[in-house]
Amino acid sequence: METLIQQLINGVTLGSVYALIALGYTMVYGIIQLINFAHGEIFAAGGYIGVITLSLLNSRGVLESHPVLGLALAFLLAMAYCAFLAVALERVAYRPLRKASRLALLLSALGMSIFFSNGMMLCQGVYDKAYPTQLYATGQFTVGGAVVSYIQVYIVAGAVVLMVALNLFVNRTRLGKAMRSTAQDRTMSALLGINANRTITITFVIGAILAAAAGVMVGLYYGSVRFDMGFVPGIKAFAAAVLGGIGNLTGAVLGGMIIGLVEVFAAGYLASEYKDVFAFIILILVLYFRPTGIMGEQVDDTRV
Amino acid sequence: MPELNLTDIGIRFGGLRAVDGLSFALEPGEILGLIGPNGAGKTTVFNLITGVYRPHGGAITYDGRALHRLLPHQIVAAGVVRTFQNIRLFKAMTVLENVLAGRHCRTRVGVVGALLRTAAQRREERESAERAGEVLSFLGLYHKRDEIAGNLPYGLQRRLEIARALATEPRTLLLDEPAAGMNPQESRELMDLIRSILDRGINVLLVEHDMKVVMGLCHRVVVLESGRKIAEGEPAEIQRHPEVIRAYLGTGGRGARTQVAGP
Repeated sequence: METLIQQLINGVTLGSVYALIALGYTMVYGIIQLINFAHGEIFAAGGYIGVITLSLLNSRGVLESHPVLGLALAFLLAMAYCAFLAVALERVAYRPLRKASRLALLLSALGMSIFFSNGMMLCQGVYDKAYPTQLYATGQFTVGGAVVSYIQVYIVAGAVVLMVALNLFVNRTRLGKAMRSTAQDRTMSALLGINANRTITITFVIGAILAAAAGVMVGLYYGSVRFDMGFVPGIKAFAAAVLGGIGNLTGAVLGGMIIGLVEVFAAGYLASEYKDVFAFIILILVLYFRPTGIMGEQVDDTRV
Repeated sequence: MPELNLTDIGIRFGGLRAVDGLSFALEPGEILGLIGPNGAGKTTVFNLITGVYRPHGGAITYDGRALHRLLPHQIVAAGVVRTFQNIRLFKAMTVLENVLAGRHCRTRVGVVGALLRTAAQRREERESAERAGEVLSFLGLYHKRDEIAGNLPYGLQRRLEIARALATEPRTLLLDEPAAGMNPQESRELMDLIRSILDRGINVLLVEHDMKVVMGLCHRVVVLESGRKIAEGEPAEIQRHPEVIRAYLGTGGRGARTQVAGP
């Protein structure tokens, strides 16, 4: 029982991170029907900006006097940098290919993924970079015998806040409505006066902000980042987006949670070396019986 | 109501000259009909005016601006908007949200304003909702505002398309076969509606196959065949024009085509 609760808590934490990344995949897919394979690297870049900011502040002793402020700064800088990176990515690698075949776009995305991950390796080295986590990852408490660290609470709470903000943005604001109408019919939206290019840029920016937050969270949770840390979580978040029904926001969150939980439970009860396999087995099974994904049928309901 | 001018417009798709050396003007205060057999290039002309295609030659000017150099959303901002022959609503959004999508180009507030919910942003939202409500009332759709657009009956979907176009505050409206699939009663209501749109200070370019609508509504008519203008004039002249009769009925030897849309 204790293990069950423990796994549940760990799974939800991991699932929140996958969900945040999956939202970026699904939003970009919703608006330009592209699997943005470089999205995992955006997430990794967020983790790097987080560690750079925190280490710099830590070495000046600022982190000890202002831990909350320092962390907020790390998140904000990571989000800003990743947003810039995503805008540049879209401009350079995707916009010129807007009218080219889907395959050309996909190859461009794969190329940019490799380019980014190698770029990070060149700039930051091949070794793990450690987060100064002693300030944040310390506290914990127990629930029914299971250990919950404060960092897990912060991660889940932060993810929920971001998702609620996203939901309000997409459904309530003028730009969110423009995103939804562009996702449904780009030509028609342009003919109603909605600037398609700007709407697409905004979509990339929002996806990158969520991924950046996830990157810093993962850095704090596991204590370090690596240049290739974007690859596997990126693939899993992509799987989560497909599992939930690609293009669907609620689906991406649901898919992320399922992948996170399956992975943790498989590692805990079955064999930890096969944890990645189980996540993908679930994906294959769902797609076999329901090719559109879990929320696929209502695909344009909460679609971006 | 500015004048919309097409001068010597041409576009090719591969070897096909879809529109060739076409010139005409939509004058202030008029409803101009654009007719011709299927494949004559009427929809292509709409796509050229609204920036979906760029002409390979010629110029389109509106209110002194070169429309053919602008992007689709800039053309809407300039005051020219169109509807589609096959309805293209945002089917998953509500009626009101569809109309608000049309308000996008007349509103300004961006991400920051939306997040901070500034006073300017709230005022803009309120004004937009008022204008949207006003347009919906004009089209008789106000009581349906919270329904999902895809669930509306066909006739109302057509009206919603016009409502959404009017929400962009155009000065010129391009209607692509608005009477398609309508019964005679609905067609008559549509004609009244188009007249009242003209009364609101919006001139209209109308592509339509229903000749009763075209002849009853338009001040002038331009006839296209194979991308070229074969006739232009008042409805009565057009009906007698030998080239028009030939284009619609075919030349004597081959007999009448099945698609007779003559008056």
